[in-house]
Amino acid sequence: MFAAAAAAILVTMGMVLVRAIKGPSVYDRILATNNFGTLTVTLIAVVGFLAGRPEFLDIALVYALINFIGAIAVSKFVQFGGVTHPLGKDDPGDI
Amino acid sequence: MDLALDIISWALLICGSVFCIIGGIGMIRLPDVFTRMHAAGVTETLGAVAIFMGLMVQAGLTLVTVKLVLMTIFMMFTNPTATHAVARAALGEGLIPLTHDDENEDLSNYVLADGDFIEPDSQDKEPGPSKT
Repeated sequence: MFAAAAAAILVTMGMVLVRAIKGPSVYDRILATNNFGTLTVTLIAVVGFLAGRPEFLDIALVYALINFIGAIAVSKFVQFGGVTHPLGKDDPGDI
Repeated sequence: MDLALDIISWALLICGSVFCIIGGIGMIRLPDVFTRMHAAGVTETLGAVAIFMGLMVQAGLTLVTVKLVLMTIFMMFTNPTATHAVARAALGEGLIPLTHDDENEDLSNYVLADGDFIEPDSQDKEPGPSKT
């Protein structure tokens, strides 16, 4: 049953990867990459159970953290040209 | 008892897998980035959380369950936040949401200039909700 869940996650990762490759705007790609990272976290957890080694969950937890920071940072970088503070415009607030 | 737990766990895993695949199909089929966020939300919250709950039932009361609960809570907070950040960045960049259904429309015509939404060639469209 874990194998079926892993297969479904892999199929979904393929579909999301299609969107990440052909997405017309950069935001489609950011969204698809974030989604892909979430699916990777889920896949790591399921494969840990499939292999009988639930210690993989530590890796999945750290991957989830990195994925979140990555999505926020890339969104901010694409919109403002930097991850610290918008330059030369009014401050639109944190995104 | 063991069999009952297995059945619950399998049901949750199947449920999460189905929602993941539905979200993947949505990511391919939906027309613009704001609608694709709905598909992303299905995969990231409902699909992943249902799979994690299935794994929790399988793991029983151990440290593994604690880690899975932590990951579930973390995902429920972070993924909507990330999607919100992407939506806000896309809106600030000038993409505007699709508000009517026209298959032959060229989406690259939509631009945002100086904070106002501009839609070229909007005179011949059906009257709909205001785009400004």
